[in-house]
Amino acid sequence: MNAQPETGIGASVRRREDFRFLTGRGNYTDDINRPGQLHAWIVRSPHAHATIEAIDKAPALAVPGVVAVFTGADMVKAGVGSLPCGWLINSRDGSPMIEPPHIPLSPERVRHVGDQVAVVIAETREQARDGAEQLVVTYGELPAIISMTEAIKPGAPLIWDQAPQNSCYDWEFGDRAGVEAAFKGAHHVARLELVNNRLVPNAMEPRAAIGDFDRGTGEYTLYTTSQNPHVIRLLMGAYVLNIPESKLRVVAPDVGGGFGSKIFHYAEEAIVTWAAGKLHKPVKWTADRSESFMSDAHGRDHVTVVELALDKDGKFLALHEKTLANMGAYLSTFSTCIPTILHSTLLAGVYTTPVIYAEVRAVFTNTVPVDAYRGAGRPETTFLLERIVDIAADEMGIDPVELRRRNFIPKDAFPYQTPVALQYDSGDYFTTLEMATKAADYAGFEARRAEAARRGKYRGIGVSSYIEACGIAPSQVVGALGGRAGLYESAEVRVHPTGSVTVFTGTHSHGQGHETTFAQLVSDLLQVPMESVEIVHGDTNKVAFGMGTYGSRSLAVGGMAIMKAVEKVVNKGKKIAAHLLEASEADIEYKDGKFQVAGTDKAKAFGEIALTAYVPHNYPMETLEPGLDESAFYDPKNFTFPSGTHICEVEVDPDTGVTEIVNFVAADDFGRIINPMIVDGQVHGGIAQGIGQALLEGCIYDQQSGQLLTGSYMDYCMPRADDLVSFKVETHNVPAVDNALGVKGCGEAGAIGSPPAVINAIVDALSSLGVRHVEMPATPHRLWQIINEKRAAKAA
Amino acid sequence: MASTVTMTVNGKSVTGAVEARTLLVHFLRETLGLTGTHVGCDTSQCGACVVHVDGKSVKSCTILAVQCAGSEVTTIEGLATEDALHPMQEAFREHHGLQCGFCTPGMVMSAVDLAKTNPDPSEHEVREWLEGNLCRCTGYHNIVKSVVAGAKAMRG
Repeated sequence: MNAQPETGIGASVRRREDFRFLTGRGNYTDDINRPGQLHAWIVRSPHAHATIEAIDKAPALAVPGVVAVFTGADMVKAGVGSLPCGWLINSRDGSPMIEPPHIPLSPERVRHVGDQVAVVIAETREQARDGAEQLVVTYGELPAIISMTEAIKPGAPLIWDQAPQNSCYDWEFGDRAGVEAAFKGAHHVARLELVNNRLVPNAMEPRAAIGDFDRGTGEYTLYTTSQNPHVIRLLMGAYVLNIPESKLRVVAPDVGGGFGSKIFHYAEEAIVTWAAGKLHKPVKWTADRSESFMSDAHGRDHVTVVELALDKDGKFLALHEKTLANMGAYLSTFSTCIPTILHSTLLAGVYTTPVIYAEVRAVFTNTVPVDAYRGAGRPETTFLLERIVDIAADEMGIDPVELRRRNFIPKDAFPYQTPVALQYDSGDYFTTLEMATKAADYAGFEARRAEAARRGKYRGIGVSSYIEACGIAPSQVVGALGGRAGLYESAEVRVHPTGSVTVFTGTHSHGQGHETTFAQLVSDLLQVPMESVEIVHGDTNKVAFGMGTYGSRSLAVGGMAIMKAVEKVVNKGKKIAAHLLEASEADIEYKDGKFQVAGTDKAKAFGEIALTAYVPHNYPMETLEPGLDESAFYDPKNFTFPSGTHICEVEVDPDTGVTEIVNFVAADDFGRIINPMIVDGQVHGGIAQGIGQALLEGCIYDQQSGQLLTGSYMDYCMPRADDLVSFKVETHNVPAVDNALGVKGCGEAGAIGSPPAVINAIVDALSSLGVRHVEMPATPHRLWQIINEKRAAKAA
Repeated sequence: MASTVTMTVNGKSVTGAVEARTLLVHFLRETLGLTGTHVGCDTSQCGACVVHVDGKSVKSCTILAVQCAGSEVTTIEGLATEDALHPMQEAFREHHGLQCGFCTPGMVMSAVDLAKTNPDPSEHEVREWLEGNLCRCTGYHNIVKSVVAGAKAMRG
């Protein structure tokens, strides 16, 4: 392989996407305008919990330009269905989770601030907004429940009458008896209560959707800011609007970041598509950022107790996790599997912990639905593990790096069966740990701490060794665990008569650079110049099927589907070549872009074979169809398991509580890498989001009124350039075993590994004050309070 | 109330009807179809909409179209020549200073203004200058590299 050294696998090829983005020629959903298009404004609930007593449309309809007003009652009357949840979780008693309905416009009751109540449609966006302001909605306010711990108390007001104690499910996993026995015999038990803070994903492009209806053909088109257009077509068509796939096209053009938040099928997509069908005109909606804050699915939001049992040498004996996971007011598309299947199955981490038991209770609250956000369940696992490991290290007087090393899964133990279902195929945790400690000069840290102390600063260093599971699979296992979808990927490799190639992938690129990476891959596999390979994605009328992009799956699953399709192309090419060269098919080998009779100089170039396939004058017609266009579906046999160690070094200013990150090192194992430049970029972005969670970001609701207090960039603190440093990023790549490409996935690792590294560093910095744990985000206010309380207690 | 506004955008004189409340960014995107300038927030925080007005970087969501009457406006579409990317655009491409591309036009326009006023900015100065431009993809690491390199290229 690698006939194309400048562009092949392993080359940092500059991205072909960049020209259009750098010159303002990107084509995002809000850049699209359809002839005769109308504009929608969504009327959203100002209350966290209320009945809808009455809606008077007349004043809104009287506003110039307003064409229509629709409400939940209109949708129910028209038979519009409920936004579905894609994963069934059963409670420990075997009963299925409570799955409340979710009509795109709420018909009778609103359950969070921002809940959709009505849509006003007008000739311009301003007119629609003016109309929305005139709509008279009479609400009957109900008590709101925001806190999960309040929500599960007996007698708490119910968000859904069918969900006693606001419980969606009460799930358990693992070996309860084994864990109890191990804790009884343990030398030491470390215990920590922690909160994994609620985050707002905040892709820079706000969500947008345009519904279009062709009355002549009866076909609907939805343009939407989605990570997976085929999934939206399936869910909206089959469950919500009753439109067959053959009459529904979903286009996800350039999408300005997703981070999980654009996986889900949202109400607005159904609203504009349905309204377009009613009005026979295109209907466009684009979110204001304020709307994004109160309608994009949020992330994380766990309240957890974790306990780790150790023997006298610091070997981990057992782990117990008990978590409350916030679902918000409705079940978003994949919400239910995030704190369970994607979370607790990773509780072994990179360690040999022999028995593990998890209890997860999912809770409804009057807040925006919570679903996957970069890492989705795995950052929550890594945070609780890497915090409890540090706490155990501190309590037992063992260096945190040494304690990790003592418990790492040995290099020769792969494939390694964890006690929580997953089987890791490969990894080398020792080497990435060594690389990170070396790059961070871990050994020389105490001198830097002392130097900082002389300047009046608290300096600390924090280590986090993570593993993640990417490319969720295989479909049969997913189905057995309650997943309501297959998790394969599809690809089509269409070779044109002149030898140029169009590759159709069911994955979707919204910043990851697939148009470059996949072209590199195909160029390398097919041994044709990269310029002759074009990548197509994001349109259900072009790509046959797909499951989209999330969970760092695109290369490990989508890339494998492409590889399979390429193999079929090569195999068919061999048949054609055998005929032309009058040789046996078994003797044809494909090398350097040529089909060659082994051991001879008789050969046909790739382009000649392509032309022959489409101009089949001399062709084995009785045994072979003309054309050179192959498709493949690939269903992985396992997840992939990237891993690594992140080390963060901080200085905390006791006068202001401000944390400065002075160094951040990541040493990762991503398996085989196609484009190192793009991989580094993914890691940088992930780390920034992880640091954001650790230091800056936190979504806050008023606990009484349920008002969203962090509803804009004025009060939700996004990481900015001057909050961060340049990162030191290295890789030590052990190829994955369970896929032929050897690739693992890199999109989420940064956000998974970094938050505990930052918090471990802050706790280490403040350890001389007796600080044992700091909740995220470790804002200056929080740290200033902690420092002053601890200092005062010491003085007293 | 609608009125008419005339300004020069990317070297061409343009005239269009606007309402008093029309923001420059909406005039550019909706009236002129220059969709390279993006709207990422509603509180003038994200900087996706940065353009140049009379040579200075301005958040085009924070200025009314009528305020720009008679002004010279440059958007991301006006930065490259027919034959070549602007050195700052080229630096972003070379150093992978963009991923999803949504914040990119504002980043580049902001960076060009920085390089004009501070031709040799340090990493620290770049980070401070870009405080008004949010990016969710890159962690700013490669943006900072790009801006330092782009400023150097602009110095020639």
